[in-house]
Amino acid sequence: MPAKTYVRSIINREHVDFLCEPRQSLLECLRDVVGLTGTKEGCNDGNCGACTVEFDGRIVTSCLVLGVEAEGKEITTIEGVAIGSTLHPIQQAFLENAALQCGICTPGFIVATKALLEAEPNPSEYRIRFWLANNLCRCTGYDKIVRAVMGAAGKMQAAKA
Amino acid sequence: MKWIDYATPRSVREAVDLLAEHGDRARIMAGGTDILVQLRAGRWDLDLLVDGKNIAELNELTYDPEVGLTLGAAVACYKVYQNAAISRAYPGLIDAASLIGGIQIQGRAAIGGNVCNSTPSADTIPILIALGATCNIVGPGGNRKVAMEDFCTGPGQNVLQADEMLVSIHLPAPVANSGAHYQRFIPRNEMDIAVAGVGVSVVLDNGTVKSARVALASVAPTPLFVRAAGEALAGKPASEESIQKAADLARDAATPITDMRGTIEYRKHLCEVLTRRALNIAIERAKETQ
Repeated sequence: MPAKTYVRSIINREHVDFLCEPRQSLLECLRDVVGLTGTKEGCNDGNCGACTVEFDGRIVTSCLVLGVEAEGKEITTIEGVAIGSTLHPIQQAFLENAALQCGICTPGFIVATKALLEAEPNPSEYRIRFWLANNLCRCTGYDKIVRAVMGAAGKMQAAKA
Repeated sequence: MKWIDYATPRSVREAVDLLAEHGDRARIMAGGTDILVQLRAGRWDLDLLVDGKNIAELNELTYDPEVGLTLGAAVACYKVYQNAAISRAYPGLIDAASLIGGIQIQGRAAIGGNVCNSTPSADTIPILIALGATCNIVGPGGNRKVAMEDFCTGPGQNVLQADEMLVSIHLPAPVANSGAHYQRFIPRNEMDIAVAGVGVSVVLDNGTVKSARVALASVAPTPLFVRAAGEALAGKPASEESIQKAADLARDAATPITDMRGTIEYRKHLCEVLTRRALNIAIERAKETQ
């Protein structure tokens, strides 16, 4: 049986080292090894986006990344989105727009939205729906999520002005 | 997923040695978006995953207007479509690279991986065939080059031996007055597998088609190069009539199956419609470069 691998990474701006088996996904490592359970498992095959995290500057589905691939990489999960007890404007907008019901998909949507608004501060509704196509929600019907993203974009733009 | 080991070779030689040592007990991975799903589903029984992402040649992405494009086998889709020079030179390739999966998948999935996964529905292969791409393969015995239309041999199967790997894909430099396009039909707007897909390229000489290439996705056991459709256009005016003739030939060449995504009749019809539409867009793009 192969030995566990020692992985050194930066998770949510902090150095985090962990031991994992080569077969374990980054999602498993985050949840079961590091103890960051905010990232959710949905389909475990890359379709639903519930496990979305920022990895090496891009959003990825963490179920399709191996934990061992995190060596030397920077990762941001939903736990790294708020600053202390202050919610990120995207989190605030999801609350204000009731853009969640059961909440399982929400961490993935918020991490994906953060990457969108950092790259494109003022996206169209079409662009938002395209960007979030890798995130599935079975409760909201998406309209409230799209409204929350547009609301967050507006507030973030206004805060910068 | 059962126990598996993981290696990160730093050179092609080291990777080939690992593949040669483990035979069909090892596979190489690029973005991992296909192989990790397949491993969980039990499609492969492996001892070793060989990660190609730390090998310089597999990360190469160089475009030269004289030489063409060298696309390392592990380069993720987003790196291709975020490159302004490549986007201008190969809009047809960008069509395919930007519709694979969603943003998260495009952050990992490599065009080389899509090629090696070799599904009949692979979105990048028809446009690579249309653009005249060549696969650069390395094994213990040395290098060989295989034309993209000869790479896939069946559903999920290709010419690679167990100890060989795809290192890069080469695209010739775009010639003057050329255009290309890929489009597919899916029931939703994104994140789906092609019911049918068509990649085309054309070279114009004033109003005449100098040459053209047409390839199809999801309508045969492999991505399908329809040589006859391109040849029928060569030397003809870029007219509705000649485009229709090529579209009819594409439909006739398709040998799809009926499955949950569509029937034989529907898919053959799609080949005709998509070929016509794709050729029109490729011709428009070729005119824009004039």
